[in-house]
Amino acid sequence: MPTQHEPTSHASAVRRIVLFSLLSASVPPVATNAQTLQAGEPVTRTIPGTTVSFDMVLLPGGSFRIGSPLDEPGRDEDEGPQRMLTLGPFWMGTTEVTHEMFSVFRDRSLDDDVRADPDHPFDADAVTRPSPPYEDPAHGMGGAGRPATGMTRAAALHFARWISEKTGRLYRLPTEVEWEYACRAGLDDAFGLGVAYQDDAESITNLLLERAWFDANSDGSLRDVGTRAPNRWGLHDMRGNAAEWTLQPYAADRYASLSDGPAAGGEPATSTRGRGVVRGGAFDDDLRHLRCADRFEETSAWKRRDPQVPKSRWWNTDSPHVGLRLVSPERAWSTAEITAYWDAILGAN
Amino acid sequence: MDRRDFVRTTTATIGGLSFVGQPRIARAQPSGRDPIRVGLIGCGGRGTGAAVQALSTDQDVQLVAMGDAFADNVENSYRALTEFEDVDLTPRINVPPEHRYSGFDAYERVIPHADVIILATPPGFRPMHFEAAVNAGKHVFMEKPVATDSPGVRRVLESAAKAKADGLNVVVGLQRHYQTIYREWVDRLHAGMIGDITLGRVYWNSGGVWVRDRQPGQTEMEYQMRNWYYFNWLCGDHIVEQHIHNIDVANWVLGGPPARAQGQGGREVRDGLEHGEIFDHHFVEFTYDSGATVLSQCRHMPECMNRVSEAFRGSNGSAPEPGRIMSASGHTLFEYDDAEDPNPYQVEHDELFAAVAGGRFKYTDGENGAIATMTSILGRMATYSGRVVEWDEAMASDLDLMPAHYAWDAPPPVLPDANGRYAIPVPGYTRVL
Repeated sequence: MPTQHEPTSHASAVRRIVLFSLLSASVPPVATNAQTLQAGEPVTRTIPGTTVSFDMVLLPGGSFRIGSPLDEPGRDEDEGPQRMLTLGPFWMGTTEVTHEMFSVFRDRSLDDDVRADPDHPFDADAVTRPSPPYEDPAHGMGGAGRPATGMTRAAALHFARWISEKTGRLYRLPTEVEWEYACRAGLDDAFGLGVAYQDDAESITNLLLERAWFDANSDGSLRDVGTRAPNRWGLHDMRGNAAEWTLQPYAADRYASLSDGPAAGGEPATSTRGRGVVRGGAFDDDLRHLRCADRFEETSAWKRRDPQVPKSRWWNTDSPHVGLRLVSPERAWSTAEITAYWDAILGAN
Repeated sequence: MDRRDFVRTTTATIGGLSFVGQPRIARAQPSGRDPIRVGLIGCGGRGTGAAVQALSTDQDVQLVAMGDAFADNVENSYRALTEFEDVDLTPRINVPPEHRYSGFDAYERVIPHADVIILATPPGFRPMHFEAAVNAGKHVFMEKPVATDSPGVRRVLESAAKAKADGLNVVVGLQRHYQTIYREWVDRLHAGMIGDITLGRVYWNSGGVWVRDRQPGQTEMEYQMRNWYYFNWLCGDHIVEQHIHNIDVANWVLGGPPARAQGQGGREVRDGLEHGEIFDHHFVEFTYDSGATVLSQCRHMPECMNRVSEAFRGSNGSAPEPGRIMSASGHTLFEYDDAEDPNPYQVEHDELFAAVAGGRFKYTDGENGAIATMTSILGRMATYSGRVVEWDEAMASDLDLMPAHYAWDAPPPVLPDANGRYAIPVPGYTRVL
């Protein structure tokens, strides 16, 4: 079990709440059929050529309601209309991608396979690796055990391609549908808490103190992954710590284009162009952005201090709060399928 | 509202660039006056970025000429500008192929076309380019640092004095001077909010920057010009090229440059042939006439503690980071939220071009740019030599790092040995004055 930190004191947490408005009095969690479903045991996977490992968990298939009801405090219009969607099982990382994982991608010298064999397929010529950032993209908050942050969505996609090709298993960013399904873990309340609670900011904050790193307890910094309690499917830090890139560009009317029923089958198309969307809120966010339904569109401000044109395709100067989490399909994909998938998104390597 | 809500929920104009809606750039000049003509010298990523900012001001500005040592840099920059996505800059770009110049003399051919010259080549060339622009009577935006050796600094000081006498605006890309959080912070430190400043700590600790590999067929001169970060005549070492920002803030807060410096540095991790002759870390103790000490550290090593910042202590409190001031007993006296502030890279150009358009003489950054550069070079002299180096002797040094002759087949001032290795400074032995 990950270490549990002492919750921040009740009083200081409450003082920090400024935005969350108080509406209805008491909202019990609403069960969907997924509430009875259980995730599998976490499986540890190691990046070949390294001792760096990460845990994935198989989430059960099920149905859930995406988006937020009109009366949810803090709701934005892009969180509707709500739809009832059905998904099959898929794997998801129990934590955000760590600094150690992303570093193997950044720095080929950390990879024994590449060092031992200059003709290894994952040498510098075959893999598109990030250029060094001008300043630390994590603003000094990163490092061992912390989420990797500050990369662009394109860089997150390239990382997923790299780890797919290196491991022979498809890894990619989650769609927003997959992300929200996992965050809710079968529960229909705004925070995926799954317990009855008084719907006021103080009560919610107290419940979240042991379950998330956010502005009430993070002391303004990224924290080690997996050090707050997981949700009921074993996923840590879905809310808070690093906000997480999702697969596709942002569209305010995304849900209007969805229909009740099975979520889009197969693997969704995407592109590196367009502004992305991050989910889950971050260490410096308040309750509003910790809601499962919250969607946050990438902004130009995340590159505002990049003095170069063209701006870095790999690093943002001002998104030290944005990282990523991997998902993987339940079915094993062939090498040819994996190559074709990434070629379609990122172009042939 | 937090910093991200602001940009999410408003039609944000950040740094003068409208991100939403139609760009406000117009071709026509209602008053019928001629547009301000801009020439770009140095077409890498920073020069291109500076050109975007020049073309994004409220004034009627046209880019009319571009130059770089390398023709491919000019063409890539031209393409990046004409295809810039945040805003359509093409109404303001008027650079026909015959006004795109390459070669070591490209600067001489750009200057006659323009009213304002942007200088953004590697810093070794800055003294020569700045002198030429000022002698031609042009306003200048130039990137930091402004030289790599003492003769270069003196040449910039002479040109800065001439620009001042001739009423030419000069802005230097030490953008913290154009960043509201720094202006507000330093104003309060100057006003004595923490008493007399006794100690400063300034940092640029990061993972390092790009490397450009040697290509078949390159002359040594071309290789060094491409991989310029690792050669002192071009770059000045990272204590000069990057850490100048933080060292300059120390001078700003303390009201002038230090009297002397001593320090240490070396190449502990970044020691490949492709890493030329520069150090990967420096730690310098600067002493000021007031008795204040500034401790400066800069490091280019991956996977270490990263910090780019400045902090000061005074006789009556502390200023632990930009925008924050504390009393001696630990109470916050001042805390500045810069979430909605404009982009300082844009403010530099907004203010410069407003002055030029209004016929006002307002900006004389050349001298401070030269002093900040000299202070950084003083730090490098201290770490390379391992000795105490006095400001006066450093400023008077005739050690000239620049080549005697500029041509692709000319020898650069440092050459590799038979193993491809360049001479690395040795503290205790290396001559720096």
